[in-house]
Amino acid sequence: MSAAAPGLAIDVHDLRKSFGARRVIDGLSLQVARGEICGFLGGNGSGKTTTIRLLCGLLRADGGGGTCLGLDLLREAPRIRLLVGYMTQRFSFYTDLTVAENLEFVARLYGLSGVRRAIEEVLARIGLAGRRDQLAGELSGGWKQRMALAACLLHRPALLLLDEPTAGVDAKARREFWDMIHEMAAEGMTVLVSTHYMDEAERCHRVVYLAGGRLVVQGTADEVVRAARLVTFEANGTGIEQAAARLRHLPGVETAAVFGRALRVAGMERAALAAAIERLGDSGLTWQEVEPRLDDVFIHMLQGQEETS
Amino acid sequence: MSGFSLRRLLAMLHKEWRQMRRDPGTIGLTVMLPLIQLFLFGFAINANPRHLPTALVSADHSIYERDLVGALQNTGYFTLHRYPSAAAADEALARGDVLFVLEIPPGFARAVTRGDKPEVLMEADASDPVAVGSATAALLALNATALARDLPPDLRAPVPAPPFGIVLHQLYNPEQITALNIVPGLIAVILTISTLVMTSLAITRERETGTMENLLAMPVRPVEVMLGKIIPYVGLGYVQIGLILLVSVTVFGIPVRGSVVLLLGALGLFIACNLAMGFAFSTMARTQMQAQQLAQFAFLPSMMLSGFLFPFEGMPAWARAIGAWLPITHALRICRGILLKGNGWAEIWPDLWPMALFALIVGTIAVRLYRETLD
Repeated sequence: MSAAAPGLAIDVHDLRKSFGARRVIDGLSLQVARGEICGFLGGNGSGKTTTIRLLCGLLRADGGGGTCLGLDLLREAPRIRLLVGYMTQRFSFYTDLTVAENLEFVARLYGLSGVRRAIEEVLARIGLAGRRDQLAGELSGGWKQRMALAACLLHRPALLLLDEPTAGVDAKARREFWDMIHEMAAEGMTVLVSTHYMDEAERCHRVVYLAGGRLVVQGTADEVVRAARLVTFEANGTGIEQAAARLRHLPGVETAAVFGRALRVAGMERAALAAAIERLGDSGLTWQEVEPRLDDVFIHMLQGQEETS
Repeated sequence: MSGFSLRRLLAMLHKEWRQMRRDPGTIGLTVMLPLIQLFLFGFAINANPRHLPTALVSADHSIYERDLVGALQNTGYFTLHRYPSAAAADEALARGDVLFVLEIPPGFARAVTRGDKPEVLMEADASDPVAVGSATAALLALNATALARDLPPDLRAPVPAPPFGIVLHQLYNPEQITALNIVPGLIAVILTISTLVMTSLAITRERETGTMENLLAMPVRPVEVMLGKIIPYVGLGYVQIGLILLVSVTVFGIPVRGSVVLLLGALGLFIACNLAMGFAFSTMARTQMQAQQLAQFAFLPSMMLSGFLFPFEGMPAWARAIGAWLPITHALRICRGILLKGNGWAEIWPDLWPMALFALIVGTIAVRLYRETLD
């Protein structure tokens, strides 16, 4: 087993995991530095949740290995659990207990000393103090997610694994949630967070894109965009919906989508894309080449996946 | 964090207790279920029914008819109603209005005094053997003496002296009151419902609502989760035992001839069997619905093949073999044995060890099946 590099919170190599005949993780290697916020991206079924479960010892890898916080993934899973906070994709606390009671249960399972103080601290930090005596089942989506985060933070983990923490949560709550994540990263906590939202991906220090159980691309948001070598044109004017519908079927065009009053088309080859736009004829639209955005790149990658699978 | 931690177990128990207390259904089920079952089974089931409706069709009103009718009624099994004709009586039998038809032929009295030994016809609706069984037995013992008082002296049959006498002592339940048999058995049945069904549901619920994933990701050991889930139901089981015993003694007059402490100890082993089975089911089932069905699957044979409703010795060998594996079969015998017969250690031992074996085997299977990971 390779010795963990000192600066790495997660250092795993060639992880493999199958469920029956279905190979879900297929030789995944991943390095995440301490204090980093790493965004975990990929389509549905790309293996994000499975990877997170492998990292916190909920699943055993069929092959490969590595370290998590310097502890061996396979042999020291119980010790890893003490240092990791895992927030499940689905709200999985007791709906018939209050916020404080749920937190008390978690705190006692971790054997925290000063349970009461730890709970009050985390409630204050997450802004949940006002809801401490409310039943968890009666909380709205945003508050449930905060409570789950509070439960993960109680034992002051060194690594936070968040599985689509903001699914179904309103924009304001999502922003506040991410502010908290940045605050914690600034204090030295490492965060691995899976998401489908591009605005969230852009708030990560680094993103990792998964497809078919493999790591496809990683880097900062800018690096990922540049690496994709995607060409994007944008048009303004009237009749962009009709233009989009026609463009979608032309060679060289991968995506053509309307965003508000602008039409964005993307493809891999500038010449082919330009030719396609040319074939539209004089539609009264004004075209210009623009910088591709992260969402253009991800839709491009998701499409590539569909074509190969 | 390796090994067992009392602190974490207490945390589990504390949480379970809070959830249980908050769910009015659990408390209601704990108290109401035994009471309802007790009153239903205790008062409603009677394997030795009396005062069965009987049609009397008589073509000969005589002193002998009155003797016969009187003798029938004195057995306590028959309540006679006069019907005008055999046809009307048979119709009533077919409809189920009566269970017996007694036909006294014309010229009955004359034939008796002449010494012709006439026959009266008793038709019984034997579609339910249990309903008419005891009554027909009583009937057959009747004819030797029913008319004796009014017969002319020369016709009184000298009662033949049998070569030997039988002395019958009906022990433990001489009046053959069904409740005395059913109510002690109910302790085992109710414990099966509350401990087997409830544990399998409680654990599957954690899986179904996703909280199991959270538990597994936290530093709590499987044995702590298991005990945390099981211990509250052991407590619940004992509350029910206490309640049932109280009602059994005060309402149904069930005797307590043996040691209550021995009974509570033996039932502890029975609870362990059910919890092991419930836990095994919960590891197999993915949803609460499946767990419920598995528990049902075990519950029906428990009712039918254990000797709770029907005599164990009346079943064919293969059914007895199945019954012998069910913990409830042994728990039933222990309950009835200690309460009615005053059995002690030595007498219940043959029923204790099969339960211990069952708990051990099924418990091992359950622990093997319980996975610490999600795969």
